[in-house]
Amino acid sequence: MQESPKYWKGIEELESSPEFVKTALSEFGEFLPMKEAYGTSDATVAPRRDFLKLMGFGIAAATLASCEAPVRKAIPYLNKPEEVDPGIANFYASTYFNGTDYNSVLVKTREGRPIKLEGNPESPITRGGLSARAQASVLNLYDGGRLQHFAIKGQKAATDKVDQEIRTKLAGVTGRIAIVSNTIISPTTKKVIAEFAARYPNTQHVQYDANSSSALLRANGGVLPSYDFSKANVIVSLDADFLGTWLSPVEFAKQYVTNRKVSSTKKTMSRHFQFETALTLTGSNADVRVAAKPSEMGTIALELYNEIAGTGSTQNAKLKKAAAELKAARAAGLVVSGSNNVAVQTLVAAINQALGSAAVDLASPSMLRQGDDARMVQLVNDMNSGAVGAVIFYNANPAYDHPLADKVKTGIAKVPLSISLNDRLDETGSLCYYACPDHNYLESWNDYEPKRGYLSLAQPVISPLFATRQAQDSLLTWAGNPQSYYNYLKASWRGVLTGDFQKAWDAAVHDGVAMGTLSAAAPAPSAPAMSVQQAVSALSAAPKGSGVELALYEKVGIGTGSCEANNPWLQELPDPVSKATWGNYLAVPREMAVTNKWEQGDVVKITANGKSIELPVLIQPGQAKGTVSIAIGYGRESAGKVGDKVGANVYPMAMITANGIQYANTVTLEKTGSQSPIAQTQTHHTIMDRMVQVVQESTLAQYVKNPKEVTEYEKIATPDGLEAPNKVSLWDDYEYKNHHWGMAIDLNSCIGCGSCVIGCQVENNIAVVGKQEVINRREMHWMRIDRYYSSDHHKDEFETKGKLDTYAAMEDPSDNPSVIFQPMMCQHCNHAPCETVCPVLATTHSSEGLNQMTYNRCVGTRYCANNCPYKVRRFNWFSYTSNEKFENVNGHMFTDLGRMVLNPDVTVRARGVMEKCSFCVQRIQLGKLEAKKQKRRPKDGEVVTACAQSCPTEAIVFGDMRDPETRISKLLRREDGERAFHVLDTINVQPNVTYLTKIRNTEKSAFSVEENA
Amino acid sequence: MQHVSAVREPLVTGGKTYHDVTVDVCRQVEAKPNVRWMAALSVALFFLGIFLYSVYRTLWYGIGEWGLNKTVGWAWDITNFVWWVGIGHAGTLISAVLLLFRQKWRSSINRAAEAMTIFAVICAAMFPVLHMGRPWLAYWVFPLQNTFGSLWANFNSPLLWDVFAISTYFTVSLVFWYTGLVPDFATIRDRAKGPIAKVAYSLLSMGWTGSAKHWSRYETVSLILAGVSTPLVLSVHTIVSMDFATSVVPGWHTTIFPPYFVAGAIFSGFAMVLTLMLITRVVFKLEDYITLEHIALMNKIMMITGSIVGVAYITEFFIAWYSQVEFEQYAFINRATGPYWWAYAAMMTCNVITPQLVWIRKVRYSIPLTFVLSIIVNIGMWFERFVIIVTSLHRDYLPSSWVMFSPTRIDIGIYVGTLGLFFTLFLLFAKFFPVINMAEVKTILKYTVDNGPTYTGVDPHAHAPHQTTTHGVPATAPVNYNKHD
Repeated sequence: MQESPKYWKGIEELESSPEFVKTALSEFGEFLPMKEAYGTSDATVAPRRDFLKLMGFGIAAATLASCEAPVRKAIPYLNKPEEVDPGIANFYASTYFNGTDYNSVLVKTREGRPIKLEGNPESPITRGGLSARAQASVLNLYDGGRLQHFAIKGQKAATDKVDQEIRTKLAGVTGRIAIVSNTIISPTTKKVIAEFAARYPNTQHVQYDANSSSALLRANGGVLPSYDFSKANVIVSLDADFLGTWLSPVEFAKQYVTNRKVSSTKKTMSRHFQFETALTLTGSNADVRVAAKPSEMGTIALELYNEIAGTGSTQNAKLKKAAAELKAARAAGLVVSGSNNVAVQTLVAAINQALGSAAVDLASPSMLRQGDDARMVQLVNDMNSGAVGAVIFYNANPAYDHPLADKVKTGIAKVPLSISLNDRLDETGSLCYYACPDHNYLESWNDYEPKRGYLSLAQPVISPLFATRQAQDSLLTWAGNPQSYYNYLKASWRGVLTGDFQKAWDAAVHDGVAMGTLSAAAPAPSAPAMSVQQAVSALSAAPKGSGVELALYEKVGIGTGSCEANNPWLQELPDPVSKATWGNYLAVPREMAVTNKWEQGDVVKITANGKSIELPVLIQPGQAKGTVSIAIGYGRESAGKVGDKVGANVYPMAMITANGIQYANTVTLEKTGSQSPIAQTQTHHTIMDRMVQVVQESTLAQYVKNPKEVTEYEKIATPDGLEAPNKVSLWDDYEYKNHHWGMAIDLNSCIGCGSCVIGCQVENNIAVVGKQEVINRREMHWMRIDRYYSSDHHKDEFETKGKLDTYAAMEDPSDNPSVIFQPMMCQHCNHAPCETVCPVLATTHSSEGLNQMTYNRCVGTRYCANNCPYKVRRFNWFSYTSNEKFENVNGHMFTDLGRMVLNPDVTVRARGVMEKCSFCVQRIQLGKLEAKKQKRRPKDGEVVTACAQSCPTEAIVFGDMRDPETRISKLLRREDGERAFHVLDTINVQPNVTYLTKIRNTEKSAFSVEENA
Repeated sequence: MQHVSAVREPLVTGGKTYHDVTVDVCRQVEAKPNVRWMAALSVALFFLGIFLYSVYRTLWYGIGEWGLNKTVGWAWDITNFVWWVGIGHAGTLISAVLLLFRQKWRSSINRAAEAMTIFAVICAAMFPVLHMGRPWLAYWVFPLQNTFGSLWANFNSPLLWDVFAISTYFTVSLVFWYTGLVPDFATIRDRAKGPIAKVAYSLLSMGWTGSAKHWSRYETVSLILAGVSTPLVLSVHTIVSMDFATSVVPGWHTTIFPPYFVAGAIFSGFAMVLTLMLITRVVFKLEDYITLEHIALMNKIMMITGSIVGVAYITEFFIAWYSQVEFEQYAFINRATGPYWWAYAAMMTCNVITPQLVWIRKVRYSIPLTFVLSIIVNIGMWFERFVIIVTSLHRDYLPSSWVMFSPTRIDIGIYVGTLGLFFTLFLLFAKFFPVINMAEVKTILKYTVDNGPTYTGVDPHAHAPHQTTTHGVPATAPVNYNKHD
């Protein structure tokens, strides 16, 4: 114990109690309530604060985790490939040929993915045009329906194993080996087949075409004439849809319009007569169209021949006129026929010969159809009789698209070795033992010779997506040639390219086309299968048709129904004439529907060749009386998710004759009582006497007389007298200081083919909505082609019949109507009614005249669409990228595979927003930026919209209207007051799209009131 | 003890005293809900369920669940919107315009009519939001400060005017209605027995004591609000009509629309008030307050506005002919004779022809006939909006885009669903709020000094007066004007 201190700090120290002494020595004198503050060390007790902390963290973490966007890996290039710059597109020349139509293309790739096809302007054949089918073919590359690996009986198998088995079996084959294909226009592929045949000498190569032209071949001694419509001033077509589907429509359309375009310096036009059963794209462009039954085509050909020969006595006034004009035109006359009757084609050849037609070229014949009907039928019989030991199908699906499909199916079962090189397990492939899927053409090297002397190349633009192998490589492997097809192809071209081979080859690959021929020397044309006398007597003796006649035809979009069938863009492409999508139908004339009490959409049972199908009725103006038409290419069973069970298959209804396959037959029709609505994008078909405001046309005679009188300009009454509508306005005009983009559409050149519709859809990531939504009238196409039929009733009947009755009568089209097409998209009005009504400024005017749609500002009131006089705005009614209803039809926006086709420069629109044509603003921006980088103004033609680019007839001109030197400025200056007009000019919305009046080479125009009065 | 004028029909019949008024009106609020009310509420809730399901489908899958298409961008949605807004008009007209014109008969119906206005506007407001493709962004239509730079609302757009018109209308109507309710809430509060009711009505009555100062403010506010509301009666439907009138669509682009729409709105509003009143007076036994005279007066207004609408229909046709504009002519010919002729015929029959029956006195005073008539007018006015919207859009300028419209089940579900919403709200109102403005009705129980209402002693069933004396002047003090005593 210490004694008490003398000085102390406090009374405690003075007292020096034991407690004080104890605490005074420790560092912290007082007890620190650590335990109370931080809880007990007992782990079983959960303090409230900890609980709240953990809960708070838990909630926050769980919320954050669930908010996280899915991880999308974007990995930069480790070694940047040469030429590939992210964000910059590369174009590679290639070639599209799918057994039917040939197009030379430029493939636009972004970061190694092909995303769009454009026409190749270097091609002397298609000259920058591109068909709708070719436009859409880029999606076939990403088609989920493709077979992704080799297969044995449908089960995945290793390539080596399949090769080994096939080679063993081929070596041991007894009987013939048949290679069945559609027309092959690749000379090197034929060489490969020849090499295969050399290895297996009992090989036979059979080509057939789903829509055959074998009569045309036979009538011309084994060659297919090539035609040049630009050399024809008088064209007579007997059921040849040469602008839509016949042989080479893009090439023909290009040639055709050169003689159809008019201007103040060229006031001439070709004259076009069309005799046909169904109203086709070509028929709707004809100056004179005559509806005729398939059984009458022979008589027409015969009478025309007799008229030309000078011995005619036809009662058909229009035929007489056609003959007279042909005779007058001599070498500038051309007759073509889509018939597969040798006698008809013989006479057509004879007529052309008699005329000395310059438009027919037998020296450099077309290669586009080589199918031989008789050989194919023979093969089918041989397969069934057991004479065939092995069959290889290459790009051929006869179990679907041959009239003898049933026999093909039984035949395949009887052939010991069956191999399919088709790209999917289609109707034929699924029956074959081995499936060795071919590459898509965008993954392949290949060459083409669509016309003798004109070569074309395809190069791969993406490495193969799947474990497939190019068919030629397969054949070479089985033939025991270790060379790759690429080397084989290059070697094969050595003979044709002159000069330094590598240089010439590089140039050919770059251009995609080259001149020269790789085909074997043309054999002297063999004698035609039939003499003219034989043809005359055959046609004279031909029995008259009885009963209801069925004509089969090909659709512009679906074609013969190969891989196009599984392409949703093409399924939703409206038929240019009927505007129907998603499926085929029974086209009947109005008279037949009235007699049988059929309504549109009534399902009718069609029986022919002992087979029946059921299809809904579509009342088709222009359909020949007593006939019905059905499109081929539908009713697929194993095309893929999109194409299966769309429509019905009519191939079995074609007639097999000794003369070849006839795409016509006599049918019996029976109403079933059920209904099946047809998905049409246009359901009102007549112009309702709005020609002056909507779509104008006139006659050539009028145009020659005075070009200033072909277009009618409406005036509005003002205090100062009648004025042009745009002279009065409540609004201030926009001032365009830099550019003023505009478009001109020549209705004289537009043939209505629909190529622009697909071009626009591909470029702008436009969703496909499927059949039901088209029936609900919600298709999303930004670009549409309005088609109007003429009516027999006109405004001049107002006085006599009264307004109500006349308006009601105007709704009915004529039985053989005049047809006019009008491409319609956003008119980019300078006084746009949509812009004022949007409450949130989601649609506004740009400083360059564009009507801009800001998707992410749009709240979706749809007021703009209601207030759009042109009805071009499209609303996203559903989420087309995630609603399972659209998974089948719009699948390419659902899968990673399909999404590769999307254009990265264009937003995929969300549900609930409005969209519409943007004048391809992404292309405008690109053009401006490229020019800016080079410190110059954009040159005319550098900025081209997707529609203008794809138009095979150059009907669409796009450019800067502020620059007086551009094509569009010159065109508008030239046509001002003559053919240039605005749609709905009187409501003074001042569109930036100008149309040019259609001129017809007829005596009067069915769309013009004055002429009819 | 009610004064009976020798020449004038009494506005309230049955010799009601002030106390009777209180008791009659409060009975519904204080009694247990009866079976009929429960049954009616169940039906209303069932339709509300349909509404919720249809809204779920619309919000989850998109507007594609409706029957609209590329050409007809509005149909049932905006038809319903205009119809409901129109119905709302009678409330404001009765409460504001008739107040300014000192039409005393309005007192017994204005409360319910105003409630109807508010519920109708609530139903109407569903559609501008639901019809949007992305309703979660609906707030973009308000001119709010934002981070989007210079991007703001578009003051040129009639839809934006709509936003202001409807929200102003709703706010003013709600304030007006609530102001009128305050004294009556206080009455109920003072009579309330249960603790919940006491607290609830105390809150609702916002400390109303019935002092002279309160009454003076009440009167002033009522007058000001009436003044503010009166232009709204004209402006709201004028602006709604501009959604159509300022567009370029033939059949919409018509300068007659503003007066025509206002007349139509009052027309349909009175029809709806009649429908509701005829039911309410029977269900709640208020025949003495909502008399045959009320019904006859409302019938007359309906007939006059119906005739104005009829003249407007004919004027549109005349102008279409007179203007010689082909598109407009066709729009009207198509309206009357095209594929939707039946809708036009229904509109003409219901709106123009049937209301003319009111010229017959017997019809005017017949309750069943009036009820049928009011329903017919409501149907007709729905068709009027359908005719204007759908038949104009479905065939406008380019024949290539002409289409037909047909509704889906979801379209129908949302429409009948808003009826469910409306009646749910109205039934709740009728149960928990005084359906007749007691305070104002008491002012029209015409009395004289000699023969006025007399306090006849303490009613054992009513609250005792001494209970309220502690709170100062009782809100509903029993009145004894018998100066002879």
